[in-house]
This record gives sequence, C-alpha cells and structure tokens, in this order.
Amino acid sequence: MKHRTFFWFFLPTGLAMVLFIAAPIVSVLIQSVFAPHEAVFRTVENCGPFGCVQETTIDQEATQSLREAQPLGRFVGLDIYLDRGHLAVAEVGAAWANSDSLGAFFDELGDLPFYRAMAFTLTYVFVCTPALIALGLVIALAVNTLTQRLKGLVIFFSLLPMIVTPLVGSLILFWMIDSRGVLGTLIAALADNPDLSLKASTVLMWISIIIYGIWSSAPFAFVVFYAGLQTLPQDQIEAAQIDGATRWQQVRFVIIPHLMPLITFVALIQLMDNFRVFEPILGFNASAHATTLSWIIFNDLGGETRQLSAAAATSVMTITGVAILLSPVLVRTWRDFRGKA
Amino acid sequence: MFLRAFTTASVLAISAATSAAACEISARVSIVGNEFPAIQTVGANAQACAGAEVSTNLTADHQKINVPGMQGNPAEYTSAIIANSSIVALMNEDVIRPLDDLVAQFGQDLQPTQLVTIGGQVMAVAFMANAQHLVYRSDILEAAGVEPPKTYEEMLAAAEVIRSKGLLENPVGGAYMAGWNLAQEFNNMFLGFGGQHFTPGTAEPSVNSEAGIKALEMMKALSEYMNPDFLTHDSNATNAEYRAGNVALMNMWGSRAATLVTVDGVPEEVKNGFAIAGPMTVGGGDTPASTLWWDGWTVAKNISDEEAESTFKAMMNGIDPSILENPDVPTQAVWLVEGYEPTPAAIGVFEAATSGTIPYPMLPYMGLMHTALGNELADFMQGKETAEKALADVEAAYTAAAKEKGFLQ
Repeated sequence: MKHRTFFWFFLPTGLAMVLFIAAPIVSVLIQSVFAPHEAVFRTVENCGPFGCVQETTIDQEATQSLREAQPLGRFVGLDIYLDRGHLAVAEVGAAWANSDSLGAFFDELGDLPFYRAMAFTLTYVFVCTPALIALGLVIALAVNTLTQRLKGLVIFFSLLPMIVTPLVGSLILFWMIDSRGVLGTLIAALADNPDLSLKASTVLMWISIIIYGIWSSAPFAFVVFYAGLQTLPQDQIEAAQIDGATRWQQVRFVIIPHLMPLITFVALIQLMDNFRVFEPILGFNASAHATTLSWIIFNDLGGETRQLSAAAATSVMTITGVAILLSPVLVRTWRDFRGKA
Repeated sequence: MFLRAFTTASVLAISAATSAAACEISARVSIVGNEFPAIQTVGANAQACAGAEVSTNLTADHQKINVPGMQGNPAEYTSAIIANSSIVALMNEDVIRPLDDLVAQFGQDLQPTQLVTIGGQVMAVAFMANAQHLVYRSDILEAAGVEPPKTYEEMLAAAEVIRSKGLLENPVGGAYMAGWNLAQEFNNMFLGFGGQHFTPGTAEPSVNSEAGIKALEMMKALSEYMNPDFLTHDSNATNAEYRAGNVALMNMWGSRAATLVTVDGVPEEVKNGFAIAGPMTVGGGDTPASTLWWDGWTVAKNISDEEAESTFKAMMNGIDPSILENPDVPTQAVWLVEGYEPTPAAIGVFEAATSGTIPYPMLPYMGLMHTALGNELADFMQGKETAEKALADVEAAYTAAAKEKGFLQ
C-alpha cells in the first residue's frame, strides 16, 4: 500500500485511538504526579440535631486561592507511586531490615496493599491462563467429534458462561458457595465438617475465584480453537493415522502445532484480561481475602473521600504490569519485524 | 373497618395533595440521594411541586455521583440528600451553598434543631435521625432465660447461653462485611471504649490505642458467635439471617428495624419474637457503643439563585409536616419534622439520642480513616495478625492517604 493511501486509510482509526486511548492515558499520567493542595484547616462550631461541637473544617477561602494559583494541584513527582498504598519503598526497606527470615519478610510484604494485590493477581493469571487454554482445547476437541445434529446445542451451552455478565455469574456462584448455599452445604458434607465455610478461608476463596475465572473464560478459548480445528487439513491426520499415531499422538504432534498461533493469541488476550481481574472480587465480596489492582482503583474512587491521585497511580501501574507481562511476545514480534526488514 | 380506613386514607391523600399544590416553583430542581423508604417519601413530596420540573435520582451509589454531579457549573444536581458523614465530602469540595437567607425567607416553620450549621452558617436541613441499636428475639431470650443485654459483655454471655442450650448455633448477627460496614462496627465499639480517632484539633490518627485494641478484641469475641461468613455480610445479609430465624441478637440500623419483619416469608416465631432496645455500652463505659446520624438535604452552590430558591421550596415541601398524615410515613424513620410522634419502632434511636451517644464525627479526614479501617481490619478478624499490628496498619494506610489529600504534611 502506498504511504499516502495508508495515511488516509488509517486516519479515522488513528484519530479515535489518540482521542480515546492515548489522551486518557496521558491525563491519568498527569493526574498521578499531582496531588490536591495542602488543606487549610480552621476550627468552627458545628451545630445540628444532636447539639453543638467544636470541629475542624476546611477553610474554603484560603484553599480557593491556592487552587486558582495551581489548578492541577501540587506537583508531587513520584511520591504517590512510592507511598504505602503503592510501591511502599520505605516500608519494604524497613521490612527487609527488620525480618530475620525470608518468610517473615514476605509476611510483612503481604500486609502492604500493592504486594497483597500482586500476590493474588499473579497467582490468578498464571493458574487461570494455562488452565483455561487446556480446558478450552479439550472442549473444542470433544465438540468437534460430535455428530452434526448435536453440535449446535452443545456449542450454545458451552458458550453460556461467556454470555452471562461476569458480575452476575460471580454473584450466582457466590450464593451457591455460601455456607447455607447448595455447593457450600455439599462441600461441608463431603468434608464432614459442618463449620467449613468457603468464604471464611483465604485458600478456599482463592480457589473459588480461580475456578470461576476458568469457568467464565474457557468458552472464549473454546470458540477460537474450534474455529481453528475447522481449518485442520484432513490429509495430515490421515497420514498420521497410517503411520500408526494414537489419538493422543495426533493431538500432540499434528493438532496442537497447527493451532499454535491461536494458542499464542488466546494466551495474550487472557494474560491481559486476567491481570485486570475485578468483577469476581466484587461479586464474591472477597476483598478480605483477595484484592487486585483494579479493585484498589475502585476502592480509592468509591470511598466518601475520593483519592483520585492514588487511583491514577494504580492505573498507570496496571498498564505497566500488562506491558511487562506481554513484553516477551512484543519483543518477539519486533524481532520478526526487524528480521523481515 | 376497611371502608373507614379507606376513606381516612383518601381524605389524607387529598389533604396531602392540597399542601402539595401550595408549592409553586419557577426553576428546575434535581435531587440526588440514597435509596430507602424515608428518602423516597421526601423525594416524592418534593416532586409534588408545580411550575417546573422536579427530578430525583435516588440510588445506593449516591456518594459516588453527588460530588461530580455538583462540581460542574451549572451543577447537574441542585440538591443532595446526605448524612453527617457524607456532607463532609461536599464541604471539602465546596459545592454546597449556605442557606441562611433562604431559611430566613422560606424556612420559618423549621425546628431550630433541624438546622445544621457549620461555623455559624446553615449548610443543611436535617429531617431524620438514625442510629444502630439492639434488635433481638424475645422468644429465644426467654427460652434461654436471659434478659435483653444492656452491654456487649452481657450480649456475649447471652450468646453463650443460647448456643450451649442448643437454641441457635450462631446467635449473634453483625454487619461485619470487610470495608465500610466493618469499619463502622469498629467506630461504634471504639467510641464506646472512650476512644478518639484523631489527636484533638489535628489530622493525626490515634486509633492505635488501648481503646482500639479493646474494641477489636470485643469484635473478635462477638464474631465467634456469628455465621462464619461474617466478613461478607453487610446489613442486608445480616437482616436476611435475622429474618430466616438464625440470629437472636444484633446491632442494627434504626432506619431498617421498622421494616425488618414486614416482608413476605418471615416465619411467625420471628415476627412475634421481634423486639428492639437502645444501643449497648461496652467495657463499663457510659457512652453507648454506637453513633448518631442525621439525614438532611443541601442546596448546590453552582446554580442560579432562582434554581436555589426553587430547590429550597421543593425540599421544604418534601419534609412538610403534612407528609406524616400518610399512615406509612411515621414508621419509616425517626423524623425531626414538627408533629412527629415516635412509633414503637423508634425507641432504639430515641434511646441512642437520650443516652449520650456520640454523633458520627464531621471531620474532613474522617472518610479516609473510615476507608483505612475497612481495608486493614479484616486481617485481624481472620486471626492473621495481632490487634496492635492491624491498628498500626490502619494508621499507616490513613497517613499515606491523608498526605496525598493534603490533610497531613
């Protein structure tokens, strides 16, 4: 394509990307290095239905002039990135100096919101992603062997977890694993322990959320792989059969290599999606056991006093995290590109 | 009988309509607020005004939208219905206007106690009071042979008797969901032990104190008698446990107590055993382990004077004493409106108000403290760390947030 043609072809998409992707990211970046002005307090008498008390309030007139002088707020550089709510550099240093063992150090680390969120997020990403790819592949292979008449129905039911809104799906599962719910009661009976509660145990809560994650995302992998299977050349399979390959060997040496580009694609998308996991934390009321970066952003914005700068800093860290996760693939794509050029 | 009730209701409806017709406004009114029966009543009566459009947006997410919705110029919302905790966010951002001149012109009928003044300026008009207090099952307490508890220590003892007699497995209910609810239960207990959240006159935290540790230990002791899922139970879930007959003792909001057993499907024994009492004290203190709340309305700053006047008039109509003529309305809340006669459902809140319960602090940095408490206390409740460590974490988390917001240097 000529450069000129390409330019006009790409212009609308490019403009939309600048407007809806680049500009918000720049705005979040700016927000994260500025913080609200230092508040000027004064003590006043507050009266209401329950009598009068002396209380502190913000002196709006004094704060107003500060705001007008610097409408963005005060520049704090990387302070917010380094504070306890984020990278907690000082706290991590102190924990390293004061811990006798590595275990004690990690205990201290798990007490800091960012590292606690990362511990769960990374576990979730690296358990869910391979598991849902494997499950999606198994479903695709199974559905592919069905008779034509059954296929449509089975495909529809296999896709249901993806069709259900994530928040609704997690809420339904949350009620089922309640200690008075269907699954909760069943598990307690199987374990022969009536006091067993999934929601009261961190380990069981993590397992529940991971199972939910696999359940809700496997259909995506299934659809992609199923489409890939339709392009599988039959002569290769037949050749393998003539050579005496077992069913497993056909899958391992013919089907999987054929689907490899699709597996990479699903892995990429799911790494990104799983790193931003949010709905199940809310749906499962799991914040006592598991938090994620997205949940921290939600929590910073949802309090009575909104912490915009803290939320912006966590957003930038989420973007950085996704970039780091994807970097091996991005580097390879870049090398391929360079190789071609 | 039915006919008489019917005619009375019609007469009331007509008289309510007459009072509504008296309300004439000339500019738009847009109200944002929380969603529960009393506020819906206020919103509906404000909408009875004629002359211009009155719209309401009543939602549980009102705190997430009221500040952004009032920061623009002109503001989207001309009035926000708020409580003593959430007015702080509006004051911090300077989005509501003083009401003194409007009160002088149109608010002669207000009771002096309804006026919420900050630094001598009327900033809100309160219309109802709220507090958390004891809700119990009289039948189960009778079967266990215990009196309704006056202190949390008695509550623990009663719970032990109920459990050991095999009446209920987890007799205590509590809105201990990690986050806002858990923090609120800590606030109650902390104030009951005589604690102060901040060093007076400063934004320096002081929850890591003897009172804080005692408060956490009492909460931990109570949680031993709760459904093991307690960290996921908000007040709705706790009420559901009570309605299902699984709970005999709980600390619950007055605004929810009146409707607790009126929904469908509540077993007869729960309906008959339903009883309420004032808030409990703890640790031998005199101050109840609870907080007092008011709900009221404000008028936005970034709107024209005409819109402000219309908003004030419409909201005044929303809390007009005539709303109490509808027989459902008096039980919806403890109204601060003239002519309100307390119903039996109101004793809990009334006792809270008369027994020296501390109002929820109206401080610019209290919201950050509440958030920090909600995030950091769950580890202690699960037995993962000591009370001292949990409170030190709260102070550290609060300090980081307060530095960002410019409350601490």
